[in-house]
Amino acid sequence: MSSDIVIALTASLAACACAIVGVFLVLRRMAMMADAISHAILPGLVAGYVLANGPNVLAGFFGATAAGLLTVWLVESLTRSRRVKEDTAIGLIFPALFALGVVIISKFFANVHLDTDAVLFGEIAFAPLETWSINGHNLGPSALWTLSSLTLLNALFLGLFYKELKLSTFDSGLAAALGFAPTLLHYALMGMVAVTTVGGFTAVGAILVIALLIVPPVTASLLTHRLPFLIGLSVGIGVVGALVGFWLAKIWDVSISGMIATVHGGIFGLTLLFAPSQGLVAQTLRRRRQGWDFRQQMLVVHLASHEGTAVEDRECRPEHLVNELGWSDVEAQEIVRRARANDLVNELDAEGHIHLTPTGKALAEQTAQIGAVCD
Amino acid sequence: MDILKDLFFDYTLRNVALGTALLGLVAGVLGSFANLRRQGLMGDALSHAALPGICLAYLVTHQKTPLILMAGAGIAAWLGMALILRITRHTRIDPNSALGIVLTVFFGFGVVLLTVLQKRNDAGQAGLDKFLFGQAAALVEESVLTMGVLGGLALAVVALLFKEFKLLSFDPEYAQTIGYPVRLLDTLLTGLLVVAVVIGLNTVGVVLMSALLVAPGAAARQWTHSLSTMLGIAGAFGAVSGVLGAVISVTESRIPTGPVIVLVVSAIVFLSLFLGSARGLLWEWLRHAKNRHTLQPPPTLPPAQEGAQ
Repeated sequence: MSSDIVIALTASLAACACAIVGVFLVLRRMAMMADAISHAILPGLVAGYVLANGPNVLAGFFGATAAGLLTVWLVESLTRSRRVKEDTAIGLIFPALFALGVVIISKFFANVHLDTDAVLFGEIAFAPLETWSINGHNLGPSALWTLSSLTLLNALFLGLFYKELKLSTFDSGLAAALGFAPTLLHYALMGMVAVTTVGGFTAVGAILVIALLIVPPVTASLLTHRLPFLIGLSVGIGVVGALVGFWLAKIWDVSISGMIATVHGGIFGLTLLFAPSQGLVAQTLRRRRQGWDFRQQMLVVHLASHEGTAVEDRECRPEHLVNELGWSDVEAQEIVRRARANDLVNELDAEGHIHLTPTGKALAEQTAQIGAVCD
Repeated sequence: MDILKDLFFDYTLRNVALGTALLGLVAGVLGSFANLRRQGLMGDALSHAALPGICLAYLVTHQKTPLILMAGAGIAAWLGMALILRITRHTRIDPNSALGIVLTVFFGFGVVLLTVLQKRNDAGQAGLDKFLFGQAAALVEESVLTMGVLGGLALAVVALLFKEFKLLSFDPEYAQTIGYPVRLLDTLLTGLLVVAVVIGLNTVGVVLMSALLVAPGAAARQWTHSLSTMLGIAGAFGAVSGVLGAVISVTESRIPTGPVIVLVVSAIVFLSLFLGSARGLLWEWLRHAKNRHTLQPPPTLPPAQEGAQ
C-alpha cells in the first residue's frame, strides 16, 4: 500500500471512530471532557511504562485508559461535593494529572524518549512508518490496525447500547427510573472516549482526536435533530473533512493533523453561517421576515379598527401611519407595498385612503382574536 | 536559608520568582471571576487559541521579542473569545462544545503555521513552541517588566469596575435591568482573561495556564463568602504557588517550574476543600457526626418502639 493511501485510510478511520462516540459526548454537553482526558492520560502512560519496565503498547494503553477513567471519576466526585462547579472541577483535575506526569518524566525518565510535546502534537504523517509484525510476517501499519479495531469497537458499542445511550442521553431521569443504570452507561461511554483518545493520539495526535470528537458532531447538530441522521452525518462530515484536510496538507506540504482540524473548522464555520434553518444567515433572514410580517399585521389591525368610522379620512392614509405607529416614511411605504403584494390592502382610492381586501380583513380579525385571548 | 538569600540576590531566581508570583496574583484574581461565571475552561481554550497568533506575529515581523509575540497571542486569543461568546449567544450550541471547537481548530491551524515556519528553514523560528510550552527558568527582566505592566493594568481595571463585575458575575439579569452595558462588561471581563493567558503562556505553558486560572479561585472560595476577600485570597494563593514553585524547581534538580507551580496550587486546592473555613468538607462531616449524636429521634417514633419491645 502506498503511504498516501495508508494515511488517508488512517485519517478516515479515526474520523469514524471519533464521530460515533463524539456525538454522545456533544449531546451530553461534555465536549471538554475529551480535552481533559487527552491530557490526563500522561501519568497513566508513565505508570504503564514503569509497570511494564519499558515501552509496552498494552501496558501504556491500559495505564492511559485507567488514568482517563480516574479523571472522569475525580471530576464527578468533586462536582458532587458541590464545592466547585463542573467546569472548574475539570479545569482542576486534568492540569494536575498532566503536571504530575511531566514532573515524573523529567525527574526520573529524563533520558527516556517520552516526549510531552508529542502528547499534543503527534503526527499522522508517521502512520505508515510504524508497522506490526508477528513472527517476521509484516502485518502492515500499526495505526491502521489500532484505528480499525477502534472503529469496530465503537460501532459495536453503539449497536449494542443504542437504545440505552439514546434514553440516558436525552432523559437520564427516566433511564434511571426504568432501571437502565445511566451512571454505568456514563462511565462506559467515558471509557470509550478514553480508549478512543488513547488509541487515536498515538496514530494521529491528541489535538486531532479532540477535533474529530467534537467538531463534526457539532456541525452535524446544526443540520439535523434526529439521532440516526446526526450519527450518520457526523461520520460523513468527519471522513470528508479528514480527506480534504489530508489533500490540502499534501498540496501545501504542512502538518496533516493540523490541516484536518483546520478544514473541520472551516466546514463548521460555513455550516454555522449557511445551515438551512439554524444557520446565522437563515436566522437573520427569518427574524427580518417576521419583523415585516408583524408590521403588516399592525397595519391591517389599525385599518380594520378605523375603516368606515368618522375618523377614516384621517386614520387610513399612508402619511398618518408615520405618526400613529411610529414608523419612518420609507418604512411605512415599504410596509404598505408589501401588504399590497400580499393582497392584504387595495391600491389607494381616489381620496388617498388605504382599504383592506377580504384577506386583509380576515387577517385583522384573526390577529384581533389572538390579541383578545392574550388580554 | 541559602534559598531565601538567593530569592533576593540571585538574578535568575529573583526574576523567575517575581514573574511567577505576578502571574499567580493576576491569574488568581481574574480566574476567580471566570470560576464564578462558569467559565472555568475558558482559560484552557484561550491559551490554545493563542498559538496561531504567535506564529503569525513571527511570520509578519520576524522578531521574537516577548511583547510582539504576546500581542500576536493576545489578538488570536481575543478572536477565539469573541467567537466562543458569539456562538453561545446566537446558537443552541452549548458552551462546552464552543470551547472545544475554538480550542482544537485554532490550535490545529497554529500547528499548520508552525510547519510552514519550519519549512522555511528559518533558524529564528526555533523556540517558538517554547513560548507555548512555557520556560519559566528563562524569564528575563524585560519579560517580568512586561508582565508587570500588563498584569497591573488588568488589576486596575478590576479595581475600577469592581462593583459592575460583581453584579455581572452574580446577577447579570439585574445588571441589565438597571441599565449596565452587560454585553460590553461581559466582553471586557472575559477579555481580561486574555491578558492573564497571554502573560502566562510564556511562563508556564498552555496546559498549566488553565490550572493557574482555575485553581486559586476554587481554593479561595472555600475560605470565604465575600467576593473581595475571595479575590484577595485567590491572588495570595496564586502568588504563593508561583514563588514556591519557582523555589522548589530550583532546589530539586531537573524539575520544570510550570508543572511544580500547578502541583503546589493543586495541593492548596485539596487542603482548602477539606479545611476551608467557609465551606470545608471536614467541618461538614464533623457537624453531621455531631448531629447524629445530639439530635433526638422525632417524637412520633417512641410509641412504636415501645410496642416493639
